[in-house]
Amino acid sequence: MEKAELLELVNTKLKGNFHGSIESAELLYDFPVFVINKEHIHDVLSFLKSDEELNFHFLTDLTGFQTPDEKHLGVIYHLHNMSKNFRIRVKTFFPMANPEIPTATDLWKGANWMERETYDFFGVKFKGHPNLKRILNVDEMNIHPLRKEYPLEDQSRDDKSDKMFGR
Amino acid sequence: MSKKETKNIIPPTEDTMEKEYHILNLGPTHPATHGIFQNVLKMDGEIIHEATPTVGYIHRAFEKLAERRPYAQITPITDRLNYCSSPINNFGWYMTVEKLIKAELPKRAEYMRVIIMELSRIADHLICNSVIGVDTGAMTGFLYIFQWREKIYDIFEDICGARLTTNIGRIGGFDTDFPAKTWDKIRNFVKEYPKALQEFANLLERNRIFMDRTVNCGSITAEMALEYSFTGPNLRAAGVDYDVRVANPYSSYQDFDFIIPVGTSGDTYDRFMVRQEEMWQSLKIIEQALKNMPTDGPTHANIPDFYLPPKQEVYNNMEALIYHFKIVMGETDIPAGEVYHCVEGGNGELGFYLVSDGGRTPYRLHFRRPCFIYYQAYPEMIKGSMLSDAIITMSSMNVIAGELDA
Repeated sequence: MEKAELLELVNTKLKGNFHGSIESAELLYDFPVFVINKEHIHDVLSFLKSDEELNFHFLTDLTGFQTPDEKHLGVIYHLHNMSKNFRIRVKTFFPMANPEIPTATDLWKGANWMERETYDFFGVKFKGHPNLKRILNVDEMNIHPLRKEYPLEDQSRDDKSDKMFGR
Repeated sequence: MSKKETKNIIPPTEDTMEKEYHILNLGPTHPATHGIFQNVLKMDGEIIHEATPTVGYIHRAFEKLAERRPYAQITPITDRLNYCSSPINNFGWYMTVEKLIKAELPKRAEYMRVIIMELSRIADHLICNSVIGVDTGAMTGFLYIFQWREKIYDIFEDICGARLTTNIGRIGGFDTDFPAKTWDKIRNFVKEYPKALQEFANLLERNRIFMDRTVNCGSITAEMALEYSFTGPNLRAAGVDYDVRVANPYSSYQDFDFIIPVGTSGDTYDRFMVRQEEMWQSLKIIEQALKNMPTDGPTHANIPDFYLPPKQEVYNNMEALIYHFKIVMGETDIPAGEVYHCVEGGNGELGFYLVSDGGRTPYRLHFRRPCFIYYQAYPEMIKGSMLSDAIITMSSMNVIAGELDA
């Protein structure tokens, strides 16, 4: 199936079942990408997994994202249906003031560590996660380092100006 | 003690016997785990009751580092993910960028990549399989076969100057053809390695002691493996025939004829056998690539904005010098967009999720590391098994610390 057809198929199905929960649906390179309202994200994922025709039974990847305005966080899911070779990307965004989102561990056991990693690096709080604590960084760390407000280099240095190169 | 003497001793019952588990700290630097892995094991005698893995001992913040590096400078980071098969990581990263800038490689470059990727897959599986042998007490196979890994590394060294952390090739292809003597080395390897591999297979594959140790050890069902997002040989050993090279062919893999081996029970023996068979298939792919490769033509894509001009021109031509400077300093504009690209790494689907906002560095880069994802099933796989089985289960899963902790 062509990627555009897959986009159309998933879009129609989601529109039929979750009216108003889809914020956008587009084809980015070879991936159909859906931005879903935070309130419906768990229902949508559960529907995508259990729907007979779509059957996205495999969670390829789950990761976090911060929008450039530094006001919103996002979680990005890559879903896969191996037998039909359907692959889609599902995104959801929410304000940084209240970074809470339902967990996907009840749908895929593999989401456990991926969500812990996302919590560790972005501070996304997955509601209902069985063991939400830091995984790669030390437990005593008090920041979420992949957020853009924590620059890579020590900002007190003035011998390294990045006016010309780098962000 | 005779029967008469024991008469008055009250034997302990379920209620009176105090149940106590023994806590064993396996790792972080235990010699049997081949890497920095810590598992806090709750032991009942020699039976594992519960395991709690701790990861992150060699976390190096690759995703954060990548946000400040120009695209070409991210390649050395990818080397250090699964360092047993660095070239696959390198090419996976190049292909991600090439997808973003819509570069099309000539067949020749793609075939050259296939040859290198399959060689590194052999090196990767060879390490894993010979180490399973070592962990079951068979040092011989390891000693016999490890020199062939050195031969593969010699080939890498000829091409890029490095053996382990290769940084091989460039975004867009290869700067030159491989040297003639390297082609000879590759041909020689394909000719001679089957003999060594067969010898290794004869040592272990139907070995009674080896089979007794590995069959039904650390098994996982296909459903559970999918639930835990397993990929690669570990998933195939459980009986799911998913291979990225076939499902979403990249770098001309659709041109090659090869078989995806699958197991049935997902135990240590099946994982071992799947990797064995994959080495044979890799040899088959290299043979086909050598036979069908275009003998001349460019070895890189025609993308002057992103690909370094030839040195001869840099010294004699103003435009070329400007481009050279711009590319080396990372001042070429990469288009904004987001892509996900995956390759079949040594351990499974190695994915790169790249978001670019048009600057010189990625806005966000996420590595989908197969090890990190499937290692979380380890406690469940070793629950109720012996400590010595847990060791070989880990080595047969081929958990690589660099990929686990990124």
